[in-house]
Amino acid sequence: MIEARALCKRFGSIDAVRDVSFTARDGQITGLLGPNGAGKSTSLRMLYGVLTPDSGQARIDGIDILGETSGARARLGVLPHAAGLYGNLTARENIAYFGSLQGLDAARIRARTALFVRALDMGEFIDRRAKGFSQGQRIKVALARALVHDPRNLILDEPTNGLDVMAIRSLRDMLAALKSAGHCILFSSHVMQEIGALCDRVVIIGHGRVIADDTPAAIREGSGAGTLEEAFVRVLGVN
Amino acid sequence: MRALFTVFRKEFLENLRDRRTLFSALLFGPLFGPLLFGAMVSRMLDQSVLESDQALHLTVSGAETAPGLVRHLESQGVKLIRSPLTEDGAVAAVRQGKAAVVLIVPAEYAPRFAAGQPAPLLLVADSSDSQNRKLADRARSILSAYGSGIAQLRLEARGVDPLLTVPVAVNDVDVATPSGRGAVILGFMTYFVLFAVLMGGLYLAIDSTAGERERGSLEALLSLPVPRAALVGGKILATCAYMSFSLAITLAAFVTVFRFVPLEKLGMSSNLGAGSGLILFAICLPFIPLGAALMSLVASFTRSYREAQTYLTSVLLVPTLPIAFAGIYSLKTSRPLMLIPSLSQHLLMTSILKDEPVAAPDVLISAAASLGLAAVLMVLTARHWRTERILG
Repeated sequence: MIEARALCKRFGSIDAVRDVSFTARDGQITGLLGPNGAGKSTSLRMLYGVLTPDSGQARIDGIDILGETSGARARLGVLPHAAGLYGNLTARENIAYFGSLQGLDAARIRARTALFVRALDMGEFIDRRAKGFSQGQRIKVALARALVHDPRNLILDEPTNGLDVMAIRSLRDMLAALKSAGHCILFSSHVMQEIGALCDRVVIIGHGRVIADDTPAAIREGSGAGTLEEAFVRVLGVN
Repeated sequence: MRALFTVFRKEFLENLRDRRTLFSALLFGPLFGPLLFGAMVSRMLDQSVLESDQALHLTVSGAETAPGLVRHLESQGVKLIRSPLTEDGAVAAVRQGKAAVVLIVPAEYAPRFAAGQPAPLLLVADSSDSQNRKLADRARSILSAYGSGIAQLRLEARGVDPLLTVPVAVNDVDVATPSGRGAVILGFMTYFVLFAVLMGGLYLAIDSTAGERERGSLEALLSLPVPRAALVGGKILATCAYMSFSLAITLAAFVTVFRFVPLEKLGMSSNLGAGSGLILFAICLPFIPLGAALMSLVASFTRSYREAQTYLTSVLLVPTLPIAFAGIYSLKTSRPLMLIPSLSQHLLMTSILKDEPVAAPDVLISAAASLGLAAVLMVLTARHWRTERILG
């Protein structure tokens, strides 16, 4: 379970996040929706503990994320917006590095990696150096890296950016599988179809605040719009 | 601690596969200094050999009219090239490099010499060419020695004591000691050693900090349950490892170069065998964590790889300042100076190379001062990594 409780964050004179509260539940995929600059990334960065909120709390399974070695961090997998790999390491070594930093032993890392090679179809490039990987290959490795310690919770910041249709499909399958295994998944996007097709719950953020927090169907109905995109535009109050 | 070792191992391995890091850490940095040093010393030796040991070649025009002068020149080992030249012809020949120094004996030389009047001689040389000027100086001193010899004979023939013409006798006392002459060269050498040490870790310091951010792996790393101090510690430790390799290769290269360069000929002791190499390694070792922490700290504050490169290039110059200072004020090893990193290593290394005794407390103070400053810089780096500013 991922909880944002009254998160606020200022950068200089800019209120990036004014008051963001929502809960992403286990066994659900929660979509964070909002226009560019609405505060999505800032909210997620506070939730995965690289930014400290000015006020409010970010909790993973009820544990505060703050603190360098917080137990919350071990229960969380993160795929940040810029999911860069180490180019001189192979895909396998990239995954093993994070596994080792999460405290896993070599046997466990091997077993987990073998699992991802199958699930994400990485056999072709798992032992190649990451330099020169396609965006799709990079995201797969970064996802495996985020999940190597089998966290209950997963945060993904715009994971489908730059992916082709096939890569998006395998990512979607992976998320669906994690969901049915009872994981809690929170991801941000600005692609409506993705959110509509995949999410059990949608949180819409605008100007640093939560504007709507409901199921996709309820948001469509509540705004009287036929599609989620229409509903999004209406909820945000932009023409 | 386990996390620190994991970070160390990953940074070490990753950079082992990076050609640029390897080139600067293990080739360019360590070999540049010793090779340049070897070339510099060899050239100095060549020049001094050229000046003293080689025969002076002198082109002479009109030699047949001055047999006494020719005999004197030949007795001094001067190789004469007889060639009839006018004054203009001689000037042209020197300018075009066809002749080094030309001596013209004019037609009036013989009659004036016989009459006991000043007999003219023309010496044509190019004073803007340092090599040529030295040759001309040698020719001039041989000619003036001939002149004073003749003068003494003439005075004796007239019953006058030739010593009357030497009212004062000036003797030069040169206080330049052999080791003093070598001091400038040794200053170069110790700087090359410290430069190579920094070069060895330069790219790793950038890659593991500014590079981590630029390639977008930093955020994922910072979300892990790992103390930031362990991240920073592992990165600095890996940087230290590369710097140690670089130091070892540099010293090995110097030991090798010194075997082939006869430093004694320049009046310097060549006290650099494998044993002294190891002592120099031990003296420089505490400088490594200091350099690594300094470079990591500076690189952590920069926004990009390129910016880090720009700032760290100036960091490479930092150890020169105390060494240049030591050169200008000709500082000698003293206890308070051992508190200044890079200067203390320079002074201690210089002492070892000059075969002077080194006091153990001096070595310990030098090490403690460098390590202490390194610890402060590491704490500052870790503290910066705990702030949000590290995200850039």
